[in-house]
Amino acid sequence: MIAMAFALILFPVAMAGVAMAFPSNRARPWLLPFTGTIHLVLTVWTLRNPELQAPVGWLVLDPPGRLILLVISLMFFLCSFYAIGYLRYRGDWSNRTFTSCLLAFLGVMTLVIWSHHLGLMWVAIEGTSLVTAPLIYFNRTPRSIEATWKYLLICSVGIALALLGSFFLAYASFHEGLESSLLFEDLLHHAPRLSKPWLHTAFVLLLVGYGTKMGLAPMHTWKPDAYGEAPGIVGALLAGGLTNCAFLAVLRIYHVMVAAGERVYGGKLLIFLGLLSMLVAGIFMIGQRDIKRMLAYSSVEHMGILVLGLGMGGIGAFGALLHLLNNSMTKGVLFLSAGNLRRAYDSKSIDDISGAMRRLPLSGTLFLFGFIAITGSPPFGPFVSEFTIVTAAFLDGRYVTGALFLLFLLIVFMGMGGTVLAAVQGRPSGRSRLIPYRDTFLTGAPVVVFMALSLLLGLWLPAPIRTLVQEAAHYLETRP
Amino acid sequence: MSSLIDPILVAVLLLNLFALGNSRIMTVIRVVGVQGALLGILPLLVHEHFGLLPLVVSLLTVALKGLVIPFMLLRAMREAQIRREVAPSVGFLPSMILGAFSIGFSVLLAQELPMTQAHLGLLLVPASLSTVLIGFIMLTTRYKAISQVVGYLILENGIFIFGMLLVEAMPLMVELGVLLDLFVGIFVITIIVNHINEAFSSMDTRKLSALKE
Repeated sequence: MIAMAFALILFPVAMAGVAMAFPSNRARPWLLPFTGTIHLVLTVWTLRNPELQAPVGWLVLDPPGRLILLVISLMFFLCSFYAIGYLRYRGDWSNRTFTSCLLAFLGVMTLVIWSHHLGLMWVAIEGTSLVTAPLIYFNRTPRSIEATWKYLLICSVGIALALLGSFFLAYASFHEGLESSLLFEDLLHHAPRLSKPWLHTAFVLLLVGYGTKMGLAPMHTWKPDAYGEAPGIVGALLAGGLTNCAFLAVLRIYHVMVAAGERVYGGKLLIFLGLLSMLVAGIFMIGQRDIKRMLAYSSVEHMGILVLGLGMGGIGAFGALLHLLNNSMTKGVLFLSAGNLRRAYDSKSIDDISGAMRRLPLSGTLFLFGFIAITGSPPFGPFVSEFTIVTAAFLDGRYVTGALFLLFLLIVFMGMGGTVLAAVQGRPSGRSRLIPYRDTFLTGAPVVVFMALSLLLGLWLPAPIRTLVQEAAHYLETRP
Repeated sequence: MSSLIDPILVAVLLLNLFALGNSRIMTVIRVVGVQGALLGILPLLVHEHFGLLPLVVSLLTVALKGLVIPFMLLRAMREAQIRREVAPSVGFLPSMILGAFSIGFSVLLAQELPMTQAHLGLLLVPASLSTVLIGFIMLTTRYKAISQVVGYLILENGIFIFGMLLVEAMPLMVELGVLLDLFVGIFVITIIVNHINEAFSSMDTRKLSALKE
């Protein structure tokens, strides 16, 4: 029973090894849904049986971790079926590295979630950079090299700063003569006695470091390139999986700040970075002609919303954690359908893409509805969570924050709307009609399920999910 | 033994400035290799008791930072046949002056941070912060991919210096994790550098300019 943490982490990694050794290029992608299904079943089983969540050394499943574990497992499960369709289309390319790295990616993300030790979590997050770099580089074009280079360099620097921040945090407890430990339990326990100057500097460094990985402005510059050049499925797993893991790191650090009685200092920084990310994303979305870069900026915006809600605390934090779930499901719709459009038009610019609803009726329609959902229109999930956050802002008397939040959402809506409507409306160009690409079951059905989940979460929040989100938000107020 | 720490750190800082002001990339890589090897001595000095573990950490650091990584970078360079950094966005002399300023800034910043009795008067914190800043200057002002990797190495060296404050308090596992991680990071980056070289026949990151707004 104790082995559940190890099973969830090591099973995908072991399957990555199997994928490396697997001889058939055509059958290899089936390892993805095989692993994804087992991972999801084990995850749900673990979540339903608290005794399986027992801590093993540095591996602890805290309440926010439970929510995020479910989200990434579900994301991977649905994306893995799409991957078969995608890799079949790219049948002439070897998918050995791609499949292995995807599987290892799942294992390393799970390790980030389980690791309750600052150092181990840092190593795991660095690991995610390494296994995702070959995924971004999959197309082997000069542009994808450029994107991978920027991704690796900027994220490595970010992670290096996070390491320095971890050292600072360790020194904050060492300085006060406390037993120096980077276990979150110990950090939270000793939080009020940590040396304040060291704690403040550590928080800034860790926020900048893990914020780089999340893609918060102004450290987001790798994101449009990486998401723009990576295959759609990689974009979906980065925007709906990896960014959540980085957010979890930020949340855990902020939790230490809250426990130390530094909620105001930390909250102000989070709210500032959140609003800045929303603004920067909105500005770059206006007149954006590349649909995948547009989605990358949308991810910057929504990461901003997450830290904004977290910084407000209380109902705002509940809204942020709910938004994490909604954002991931909707990003699944957008990135996967954008990948289909990209293949149907052999382009990702709206200079070439038009009339997507006629050219690819299913993907084009889903792309349009994905846009409606992600910009916070009812009745989809993101509407509920964004509404919760804005309500929390006004209830707390943060009128300026609330007003700016609404203004930036409006800018994003207009900017994104221009691009999306240009892509889906009108008539397909003559050139695109010559490309034989059509929607298939495997590249269509997962997107439909993502869309259905995004809609379902807007209409009705199932009780177990509500409990997960509530416990995660409540956990921020507690101290072991 | 600990009286040797400060002289080593001063040497490290001088090497930083030297690396900032030199246009021959070969030399800069060697300078950073020497810097890494010097840093490898530190774990032996900060531990109060001479033991097997500090020795292992020390040897690994010297081997990785002083030999393996510089060797990998030099080989990548020979294959690419480049020698000099051309026209960085901030000139060599101005960037040296900027580096000197960053040392002053780090000293001021370090005074704001309270130290334990044992660490009072040591240069570890200002040396660490200024090395991080100088690595950052190098990363942002140079165009050759290799120079940027060297900047990242200097930044990592700065973090390594800070780690010395915690050598007694932190489990060895984390230290080794850091070295391992650095190695893997550099390994992947060198592979990408070679791909950049193949695709563009040059390691000039200014050619990586297709992606921008």
